[in-house]
Amino acid sequence: MSEILFFALRNKKLKAGLSIVLFFVLLGLFGPLISKYKDPLEYVGPGYQPPSKDFWLGTTTFGQDVFTQLVYGIRSSFFVGLVGGGLATLIGLSIGFLAGYRGGLLDEMLMMLTNILLVIPTLALLIIIAAYLPYRGVLIQSIIIGFTAWPWTTRAVRAQTLSLKAREYVNLARISGRSTLKIIIYEIVPNMLSYVFMVFILQFGGAILAAVGLDFIGLGPTKGISLGLMMQNAVLWNAIQLGMWWWVIPPGLVITLIVGGLYFMNVGLDEVFNPRLREM
Amino acid sequence: MLEVVNLSKAYNVGPLGKEKFYAVDNVSFHVADGEIVSLIGESGSGKTTIGKMILRLIKPTGGKIIFNSVDIQSIKNRKEYYRLVQGIFQDPFSSYNPIFKIDRIFEMIREEFYPAITKEEWSKRVKKVVEDIGLNPSEILGKFPHQLSGGQLQRLLIARALLIDAKFLVADEIISMLDASTRIDVLNTLIKLKEKGLSVLFITHDLSLGYYTSDRTIILYRGSIMEYGDTVKVFKKPLHPYTKMLLESVPTTQKVWSNSYISLHGRNVLPSFCKFYDRCPLGDSTCKNVSFEKFEESHFVACVKVTGEGEHVA
Repeated sequence: MSEILFFALRNKKLKAGLSIVLFFVLLGLFGPLISKYKDPLEYVGPGYQPPSKDFWLGTTTFGQDVFTQLVYGIRSSFFVGLVGGGLATLIGLSIGFLAGYRGGLLDEMLMMLTNILLVIPTLALLIIIAAYLPYRGVLIQSIIIGFTAWPWTTRAVRAQTLSLKAREYVNLARISGRSTLKIIIYEIVPNMLSYVFMVFILQFGGAILAAVGLDFIGLGPTKGISLGLMMQNAVLWNAIQLGMWWWVIPPGLVITLIVGGLYFMNVGLDEVFNPRLREM
Repeated sequence: MLEVVNLSKAYNVGPLGKEKFYAVDNVSFHVADGEIVSLIGESGSGKTTIGKMILRLIKPTGGKIIFNSVDIQSIKNRKEYYRLVQGIFQDPFSSYNPIFKIDRIFEMIREEFYPAITKEEWSKRVKKVVEDIGLNPSEILGKFPHQLSGGQLQRLLIARALLIDAKFLVADEIISMLDASTRIDVLNTLIKLKEKGLSVLFITHDLSLGYYTSDRTIILYRGSIMEYGDTVKVFKKPLHPYTKMLLESVPTTQKVWSNSYISLHGRNVLPSFCKFYDRCPLGDSTCKNVSFEKFEESHFVACVKVTGEGEHVA
């Protein structure tokens, strides 16, 4: 374990990705405390204001503070990532592990369900579900995303389990007198652990992007603010045409940086967990 | 010590799994105390499957395996069984968990079989046994599997089996990855252990290795035994056409290598026919319901064409 930590601390990609993500986590946590205005939707000043001492990232057409909106938006994005991505990872892992390890009829049934969900376009499903909800909050949105994002994880985890189950070292552990439970814990799970971790990171980023997509087409939270909602409003009120770069660029940039940072972490972690990919 | 009785392993194949494919078909043999028995056959003849069934990694679909007069399926305590019966697998690369250092295969044994021995004492033993198989412990231990060669990994697996001090060893192609110079060392180690009472099922496709190491030889073809007996007798007087073909296909330095048996006749093996019918130069409609005939003391063959003098009826 200490060895993994050693390689993790040495890995530049992981460090870069983690720094970016951590920066935004801190901004999301403490941003609302340091910003001058407490409500992201409150009209606090004149509209069309470029960044200044009073409005750090300028104001919207209606005079809302963009910085306040941004930090609250980051909060909701991380929330969606955590709940949506977490849920998708959990469902995907449980079904994938069960199907792969048990096999047989159970495997066939679970995979049929997975395949059906896999071929339905997720966005269309999300639109239908979101459109019928009278009230949409960030939590509901996260749950919808979580329940639709798991199939690829299931397929990948099942394949991994099937392959790990048949490895010769599992047989070697068996003839070394290891019990089945110990084999699962000491031989199969450690090989899956890095994968599970990376799946979570990918699902985290995926959930954030899915939420932004929903927000942007107008199916975002009916109350509150999110990064996607900010972008939708900016586009709706012709911020680009009016030259209000301070309204358009920050949310897009933050989303790109967060998701990009997560992918960097993913690549770095791959190298940390897989000795073969390490740069010696 | 170990007796295999009418052992079979059938897999369901074809649409809806209606047809059966016999990877191992009604195989019986025994291995006595301190005896090396080699199981020789081409790829797909069921050698490894037999080995894995003895190691209880595959469940047989028919017959039984008796170890020290107990049916191994009835032994509930696997650990007790593996303390006495051990194996070395064919593929050294997949026998190690790639994310852990190789020392783990030794540590695992200490944890499961010898929890009373201290770590220091154990690491001394590990070093000793690694030296015994011709490797330098300070160079090898503490490395990851991908940092070592196939031959090194394979020899470490042999070292692992030696550490357990088992009574029966299933050695599945254990020297496939070794070069000629280390091969003979490993074989001599096996022979030395045999003299101390270890029984070995030596699985190989290499006739010369079988000849060098084993007391008795079993010739396997498509999951069935064709011929078995004392190694010297089988090699000196091969009776089955398949055994002859195998021996003739060993390249020698004195003559141009040619193989007349390799051609397929395009015949199908029908049920109750000899498994070698499709490739046998002597095959005809009489090759049915073959059973083992005793040709001489401890030398048996399953071929209807063999006469009492060991010649073939044309």
